[in-house]
Amino acid sequence: MDRMPAWADATLVPLISLFLAAVLSAIVIMAIGENPISAFMLMVDGTLMRSSGWGYMLYYATNFMFTGLAVAVAFHARLFNIGGEGQALLGGLGVALVCMYIPWPHWSLAIFGASVGAALFGAAWAYIPAVLQAKRGSHIVITTIMFNFIAAAVLNYVLVNVLRPKGAQEPATGFFPDATALPSFFDMFATEGSRLFRNSPANVTFFLALAACVAVWLLIWHTRLGYQIRAFGERESAAKYAGINPVRITVIAMLISGGLAGMMAVNTTMGEAERLILNATEGAGFIGIAVALMGRSHPFGIFLAALLFGFLYQGGAELALWTNIPRELIVVIQALVILFTGALDNMVRMPLERLFLILRRTS
Amino acid sequence: MSKEPAIELRGISKAFGPVQANKDISISVMPGTIHGIIGENGAGKSTLMSILYGFYKADAGEIFIAGKKTEIPDSQAAIGAGIGMVFQHFKLVQNFTVLENIILGAEDGALLRPSLAKARETLTDLAREYELNVDPDALIEEVGVGMQQRVEILKALYRQADILILDEPTGVLTPAEADQLFRILDRLRNEGKTIILITHKLREIMDITDTVSVMRRGEMTATVKTSETNPEELAELMVGRKVLLRVDKLPAQPGDKVLQVEDLRFIDSAGVERLKGINLDVRAGEILGIAGVAGNGQSELLEILGGYATATGRIRMNGRDLDLTGTESDGQSRRAAGIAHVPEDRQSEGLIMNFSAWENTVFGYHLDPAWQRGLFMDNAAIKAEAAEKMQRFDVRPANPKLAAKNFSGGNQQKIVLAREIERNPELLLVGQPTRGVDIGAIEFIHKQIVALRDAGKAILLVSVELEEILSLADRVVVMFDGQIMGERLAAETNEKELGLMMAGVSGDAA
Repeated sequence: MDRMPAWADATLVPLISLFLAAVLSAIVIMAIGENPISAFMLMVDGTLMRSSGWGYMLYYATNFMFTGLAVAVAFHARLFNIGGEGQALLGGLGVALVCMYIPWPHWSLAIFGASVGAALFGAAWAYIPAVLQAKRGSHIVITTIMFNFIAAAVLNYVLVNVLRPKGAQEPATGFFPDATALPSFFDMFATEGSRLFRNSPANVTFFLALAACVAVWLLIWHTRLGYQIRAFGERESAAKYAGINPVRITVIAMLISGGLAGMMAVNTTMGEAERLILNATEGAGFIGIAVALMGRSHPFGIFLAALLFGFLYQGGAELALWTNIPRELIVVIQALVILFTGALDNMVRMPLERLFLILRRTS
Repeated sequence: MSKEPAIELRGISKAFGPVQANKDISISVMPGTIHGIIGENGAGKSTLMSILYGFYKADAGEIFIAGKKTEIPDSQAAIGAGIGMVFQHFKLVQNFTVLENIILGAEDGALLRPSLAKARETLTDLAREYELNVDPDALIEEVGVGMQQRVEILKALYRQADILILDEPTGVLTPAEADQLFRILDRLRNEGKTIILITHKLREIMDITDTVSVMRRGEMTATVKTSETNPEELAELMVGRKVLLRVDKLPAQPGDKVLQVEDLRFIDSAGVERLKGINLDVRAGEILGIAGVAGNGQSELLEILGGYATATGRIRMNGRDLDLTGTESDGQSRRAAGIAHVPEDRQSEGLIMNFSAWENTVFGYHLDPAWQRGLFMDNAAIKAEAAEKMQRFDVRPANPKLAAKNFSGGNQQKIVLAREIERNPELLLVGQPTRGVDIGAIEFIHKQIVALRDAGKAILLVSVELEEILSLADRVVVMFDGQIMGERLAAETNEKELGLMMAGVSGDAA
């Protein structure tokens, strides 16, 4: 007997958590000496009221969808992949190599090639922690965190010593060939009169992210592999009984997870910067954890949560621009959201369950 | 002796959400008697005892101890009121000695030495008084379950309990150990202690209790003098309808050997040899029962046969060798070889509790091409088939969308059985088929197993319930300490003989 209807579990719990996080954030903003309501209006104004705001929000949301899906796939196998950041960094390297060294005739082919490159590099970076977990029992949380640092160092080395064009001062690659430039939303939707999405980074990769959401949904709930991943994640002893190989499932789930995290680089490196720079991920790998938690590891939830965090990211930038509220406040709000939707989940859920119980008994 | 009841409950009610676990329950137990409480799983026995021991607070009702109204808000209060509880799963610290466990929570001060000395003295007295012999300096992890249980009883007596509650005390004991326990209980009764015995075994109620209360669906359906009732009547009171206590079956018609096990050995991760050269075979059309106290290697045997533990030796299925260590030693290849497996622990192995019933009906067979459509699983077909299977196996409620955890133990077991039997396997491995299953479902489950046997299939049955082995199996082997102590035809043996073998006496001597 379920205590709460499924819709309440999926919508009310995260919404209330979010509300509590917002209230605490408002208190923090007041403590800084700013007005939380005008700050919120500013965030809304700079994000939702202008098409360029939308462009930024969707651009960030694209990143978060990939990293959120990455965390979610691993979650279904009860693996906590904290390494999205490092896998995305390596994914950027994959994108750069594919774009720089293969002569692409058209972006539509290049995005396919870049996706494969990004996924392969991201997956390869997740492979080592996966094998260490599956065969040696090294905890994946520890190893993936360490691999984030290694990835940053590797990228630093590669950019400074290998891929940096001769004479350039900056640790970055040169710009990719024009044929690999992805159409931005401005290219796609703006007309003479409207100038929609002008000066904003959202690009065609957004649709790739949507496709990834659908693909993950199909994978998890409609394929043998997804069935095995979920079964393994629910109960390893039962999975063994059913003849599901724990080593194999651990490695496969992490490869998919790493591949998805890596694909984020198609958006940042190919779609926006059009070259590989240092720290192209800007922490999106970590935000994926919050997005997956809040989206309850379901692709649709992740889509919504990614939009929310896209809003917070862009709104936070607006705040930093126009008020004395530092951009880091967004990190505080994100942390609060993680705290409430993840760690304190039961704090919201249990009173709510009791409420529904009372409602049911009285009706 | 006073005429006041030692313990009396009046109108106890307790609800968990919409579930009424206890409904207006009243019992009174006279001092110096043994009172049995019998009922199916989920009838509310454990809830009632938890209220008595201060784990739950009753919604309504009163508790009287020796005629005095007593509030029991927590277990400290229960102990203070002279109530001692022996749980089904012992609450002992494994790496403490017997003595240390006995004083745990009842130390007299910050320093242990005086408490230990006092306890040692008291223990000697208690041991003499009640034949509760234990070695005070032995580590708990090194003594057998029988002694562990005596330590639990001593713990209660050390805290001056006058009322002892025992929850399913014989679940882990050999018949001989159970007999010894009953002798102790008898002795305690004669010394004026009051004992409440919770069990689902009718035989124990008949053997030892003075009065018995029957619980069904949270209600006390009857309280009778044990001498004035019989097992059939009690079973009917428990279930609410007439129940067949014996399994109705014709003599087996054994055919060819389906499963042959030779010199099977298994060493666990701690380096302990759990199976020490097992030899057995199962023929088509017969049920081979493996009797034994839990923890003597039966689980390991099932795991190896089921393909999720590696071993040395030889296992042949219809004459063909099975891989015992390599990549072919997994559950998938075992299923491909015609072995179906109803595991001992349906909650952590046989089912994914958070999966819906329909997803569970293909668990282990999820790779079968019949359930695929192109790249995807044919969820619609699986659901339709699940609904049919659940009808055929009388799973209630017959709703395939419900998560497995929402079914009762008996219905969960029926889901597992339906899945495994419907594959029409050559060999069915069954572990503890009726553990935690209500009497009504036991009857059904036994019938299904016998029907599979009559269809000419081989069945290997592992059960710690000797009654179940004797009534269901055609041939019985007894396992003790990773070895087979002996083999008997079920029709030509009895509990006493098997019980001796379960305690380690070789079959030739028994």
